[in-house]
Amino acid sequence: MEDKNVYQPYLMRIAAAIQETPDVKTFRLEFINEEEGKKFNFKAGQFGEYSVFGEGESTFCIASSPTREGYIECTFRKMGRVTKALASREVGDTLGFRGPYGNTFPIDQWKGKSLLFVTGGIALPPLRCVIWNALDTRENFKDITIVYGARSVQDLVYKHELAEWGKRGDVKLITTVDPGGETPEWKGQVGFVPTVLEKAAPSSADTIALLCGPPIMIKLTMPILTKLGFSAENIFTTLENRMKCGIGKCGRCNVGKYFVCKDGPVFTFSQVNQLPPEY
Amino acid sequence: MTEKKTIKKSSLDGLFKALKSGGKRVLAPVEGNGRTIFREVDSYGDVASGYIQTTLSAKDALLPRCEEMLRFRTEQSTVAMEQGPPAPAPTVVFGIRPCDAKSLAVLNAVYLKDYNDELYRARAEATAVIAVSCTSCDEYCFCTSVGGSPGDTTGSDILLTEIDGDTFLAEIVTEKGTALVAMAPDLFAAAADSAAGKQLADVKVQFDLKELEKKLPGSFEGPVWIAQSLRCIGCGTCSYVCPACTCFDVQDETEANRGMRLRCWDSCGLGIFTLHTSGHNPRDVQSQRWRQRIMHKFSYQPDQLSVVGCVGCGRCSRACPVDMNILQHIKDIVEAR
Repeated sequence: MEDKNVYQPYLMRIAAAIQETPDVKTFRLEFINEEEGKKFNFKAGQFGEYSVFGEGESTFCIASSPTREGYIECTFRKMGRVTKALASREVGDTLGFRGPYGNTFPIDQWKGKSLLFVTGGIALPPLRCVIWNALDTRENFKDITIVYGARSVQDLVYKHELAEWGKRGDVKLITTVDPGGETPEWKGQVGFVPTVLEKAAPSSADTIALLCGPPIMIKLTMPILTKLGFSAENIFTTLENRMKCGIGKCGRCNVGKYFVCKDGPVFTFSQVNQLPPEY
Repeated sequence: MTEKKTIKKSSLDGLFKALKSGGKRVLAPVEGNGRTIFREVDSYGDVASGYIQTTLSAKDALLPRCEEMLRFRTEQSTVAMEQGPPAPAPTVVFGIRPCDAKSLAVLNAVYLKDYNDELYRARAEATAVIAVSCTSCDEYCFCTSVGGSPGDTTGSDILLTEIDGDTFLAEIVTEKGTALVAMAPDLFAAAADSAAGKQLADVKVQFDLKELEKKLPGSFEGPVWIAQSLRCIGCGTCSYVCPACTCFDVQDETEANRGMRLRCWDSCGLGIFTLHTSGHNPRDVQSQRWRQRIMHKFSYQPDQLSVVGCVGCGRCSRACPVDMNILQHIKDIVEAR
């Protein structure tokens, strides 16, 4: 049997840091051991345990696309002990990473289809991985539509990339902020994601929907997607629960008999609808 | 194929000495302060007698309550991994009951299936179990309701069962057991093939496990969880005394620029166990946590890992500060319409 300690993280160097909002930050991490970096691969949807040595580990998705090799990126909000410590780290500092863990979005099965991304606030990172994966293999997909909202202009993450997607002719990007969250310069929509989505009314024909956001947004968006003709098995999401190990042993992220870390984090809504309300 | 021998009670001290001189650490139940706890012992004379069940199981020989996962040193912006603790000492656990021996199957299923947990595997490999069958039980015992029995060999390397006042039948179940016998071959005598004379407690079957497993998936939203857990104070004691509970927390501890990452026993009975950073908690109230405890052991683990996460040792009921009795609660669930 393999005698490697499964809890031993890779040592990663912070190669770049972006302050997305006053309390949300993105790190680009590169493997300090190049051999480990060469062997490492992951797929869209997977996550990992990021650590600040001496403070602990925290669970986030891999927010970069597997098509961009040599690094991974994570985006996090400064909230608890570990994320506060992470936020204080700078380019050049060493962090730990364990992963990749969990299942993946079945992107390979979506060839020839259109993709609709519906997301809010800091739930864009898990979908940003899929968005870049799709854009880097653009020929595999028909229309790509992104509906992204935040409480205010200040709370939008990946502002530089939103601008880039907005300029591309092969992406339809709709950004919105909650009423009152707009600035005088704001050129996007004003309104909540479900309302904006309903008005935009993207076609459900041969289309996969990816929906990630706060529970209230999901709750109000699902009926709209259904009205637009999306069936539950064609709507994908990621679930998040408190995790420690990431590999099905520490025992807390389960929803009924399924572990979010091992059986998820990617689920279709036809699967989610079968789960007990434990997420 | 289990080999059968006998050993005199008076020879057990010689066995302990042979194991120790062969480089084994021997853990056995020791009495003190009204509790019977596993400690390292020098001779058989130190071992408690007449206990029905030890206050705590010997689980922390395999899964220490707080265990080092890795060690590191931080300097400015760099981190260096340091050598972890030495390999676990070769250990013999003597005197655990067959129910506790059976709990090793649960630990193995959780820690060795899918991702192999090397920390656990190394301890499990370094540990051998000499269990002692039960000659008596109390009202909390229900091993026979969850597939065990007072003389069950599952999980033991050697199982000792009294056949008369001064002799044990020794059932040598595994290669590890054979290796232990080989350390003191003269102390063991050939045994008659029959198991006649085994003195075992009479533990009555109290509920139908299959019926429970069938019932639970449909009981998720039932009223029983609230009714049963109204008095639960969420202290987590049931998890800490359970030989089959495996959930853990991960924490870093540091001193100056050196630190270690630890895994520590945790409990689904505690609210923080599932608390999200946002403040949202998928198991927000105690009834949901009590349901998780029962579902995990009697529905999810049988379904996903093919083991029942409870061995009927009764410790959670004996230790519960508000007298929740798992056996009674399970019977009520099985009988609920």
